[in-house]
Amino acid sequence: MHPTTHAFPENARRALSDERLQRVLATAGIGFIERRRKAAERLPEFEELRDRGRDIKNHVLENLDLYLERFEEAVVGQGGHVHWCATAVDARDAILSICRSVDAKTVTKGKSMIAEEIGINDHLEAAGLTPVETDLGEYIIQLRKEPPSHIIAPAMHLSKKDVADTFRAVHTELPPDRVLEEPTVLIAEARGVLRRRFQQADVGITGANLMVAETGSTVIVTNEGNGDLTQTLPRVHIVLATVEKIVPTLEDAQTVLRLLARSATGQEASAYTTFSTGPRRPEDADGPEQFHVVILDNGRTALLGTEFQEVLRCIRCGACMNHCPVYGAVGGHAYGWVYPGPIGAVMQPALLGLAEARHLPNASTFCGRCEAVCPMRIPLPKMMRHWRETEFAERLTPPAMRRGLALWAWFARRPALYHHAAGLAVRALRLLGGGKGRFARLPLANGWTAHRDLPAPQGRTFQQLWAERQRNGR
Amino acid sequence: MSGRDAILGGIRAALGRKTDDLARRATVEERLTRHPRGLVPARGQIPPAEQVELFTTMAREAACTVQPLAALEEVPAAVADYLAGLNLPAELRVAPDPGLDAIPWHARPTLTVSRGPARDADAVSVTGAFAGVAETGTLMLASGPGHPTTLNFLPDTHIVVLRRDRVTGTYEDAWDRLRAELGDVPRTVNFVTGPSRTGDIEQTIQLGAHGPRRLHILLVGG
Ligand code: SF4
Repeated sequence: MHPTTHAFPENARRALSDERLQRVLATAGIGFIERRRKAAERLPEFEELRDRGRDIKNHVLENLDLYLERFEEAVVGQGGHVHWCATAVDARDAILSICRSVDAKTVTKGKSMIAEEIGINDHLEAAGLTPVETDLGEYIIQLRKEPPSHIIAPAMHLSKKDVADTFRAVHTELPPDRVLEEPTVLIAEARGVLRRRFQQADVGITGANLMVAETGSTVIVTNEGNGDLTQTLPRVHIVLATVEKIVPTLEDAQTVLRLLARSATGQEASAYTTFSTGPRRPEDADGPEQFHVVILDNGRTALLGTEFQEVLRCIRCGACMNHCPVYGAVGGHAYGWVYPGPIGAVMQPALLGLAEARHLPNASTFCGRCEAVCPMRIPLPKMMRHWRETEFAERLTPPAMRRGLALWAWFARRPALYHHAAGLAVRALRLLGGGKGRFARLPLANGWTAHRDLPAPQGRTFQQLWAERQRNGR
Repeated sequence: MSGRDAILGGIRAALGRKTDDLARRATVEERLTRHPRGLVPARGQIPPAEQVELFTTMAREAACTVQPLAALEEVPAAVADYLAGLNLPAELRVAPDPGLDAIPWHARPTLTVSRGPARDADAVSVTGAFAGVAETGTLMLASGPGHPTTLNFLPDTHIVVLRRDRVTGTYEDAWDRLRAELGDVPRTVNFVTGPSRTGDIEQTIQLGAHGPRRLHILLVGG
């Protein structure tokens, strides 16, 4: 996927004036917030589980080399294969050569953000294979040749009419005048089309929400069951996972899983949580004959020992973007690459470099909601601050923004005032968006936020507040 | 340098670790062998009778239908009536599970029964379950010769025969049981909570995305 992260200001401006997108964003995602809150409240241990989840991942990161070695040992012990890939290029090559070794033509895929990160579909297509996304949302955007706009709801930016138009244009083997009004009909049509793809597939690629060192298992969490058909029907199952997805034991996996579904969709448990361990056993009647795990680094281990180490605890639940007012205003595509929202504002500078992604850490309101809901207690705002400081130090910033940043740093050094400012932002969001906190004016009012203004509740911006404080000598 | 050396070496360098760090190895080995429990929610740590009740409530909440039966002898009638009530064909693909051998299918001659992994045209499957997890109303389905995984996903309707004494309170209890009874983890362990669903079109939940539209649980035992 070719990044357009450097163009965030323009992307955001376009998104804010795109009425179709704004209509979709106005309702999309509201349910996530309410459902997550209810699920968290219903489990009295939820907050303590967040501490435990954080501690598990911290322990793993301190011993990452050893757990990866033990994971490999367990996979090989079950008859599977492990492919260590330092870069995206290595991972693409490894996957293609597995596909070639079995003369694969059709490759079905479960949803994987890492697959987006390494651009595996384009690579397989260029080599003459046919990759088919099978998660409904991913399938829709693959047909439209669009990137995902959300890490767990990739087609969140589309309406059912958009989907109907796409299906009518692409499923030309079906009667052109069929009625495609209801979501049930659209889903049934996709199910029918994809069932034929599942039958044809030679290789199935899934991601992994977790890898378990104790047993050599990989774990996927889905609601549709597509990831299970993807890995059960073809002869070869390839799992694409990044180094930090590892947990020590099945018990540790359960702690993380208790946090994941509740944080992501507000479900008590997703419909399918699947542990896959090695290839089918000799006595099994179905399942893949080969099991490959492609372990990708792609810049992650470089974050160990830095102020960004903690971001490697991320379990990709999407809660931070669901609760982010900036994401709610501009949608996922504005972020210009795989990871949108607060996690994207921290990950994309790490993976793409600051020259490409320097705008993202600035797309923040200081509201702190992302950290407040992150199941792994990742201090996302603090990390965005680190990126700003790094960028400042590197002098990539234009003069106007440098002033803004100096102001911001001034706030950051004064916790009380910072919290007051954050409090204002939060109140503003409550006023403006009910539960969702949508707003259309972004912080550090640069040109790109100015044109579409909602009233700020106090009628003051951070800059004005700061000026007042300065005058009052506080 | 191989990818493996690059990654593992990179990690050790970044963390300032050495390979021969014995204390660190011992900690890791200890955790993997002892696999201590984390924080297990109190919700599932209840007496067995209450576990069955909680399982039923949670499974229904996840859009399963649950029907208690006294004995395996009642399964054919329950299955036939369930399918008739939904106007579904009375053709079953049944898991080759010895635990289901005692079901007297011939008692309901209207039912056509074949056994084996699912084929694409199979509309209804009947399988056992390794366990039921009360905490979230979840079925634990373990693959093996008696339980092909395709039966859990290909048919439109999945009927699960779950013995009451297979219901556990928590996930940890279910894993302990699996470790004790099977030793090794089988190729596939599916935790299934309700029928297949998607929210990918305008975030409204619809059942039956790729897997079963209906998940019917027959809870068997006195
Ligand atoms: S940063 Fe936290 S909230 Fe955001 S996706 Fe990762 S785990 Fe979820």
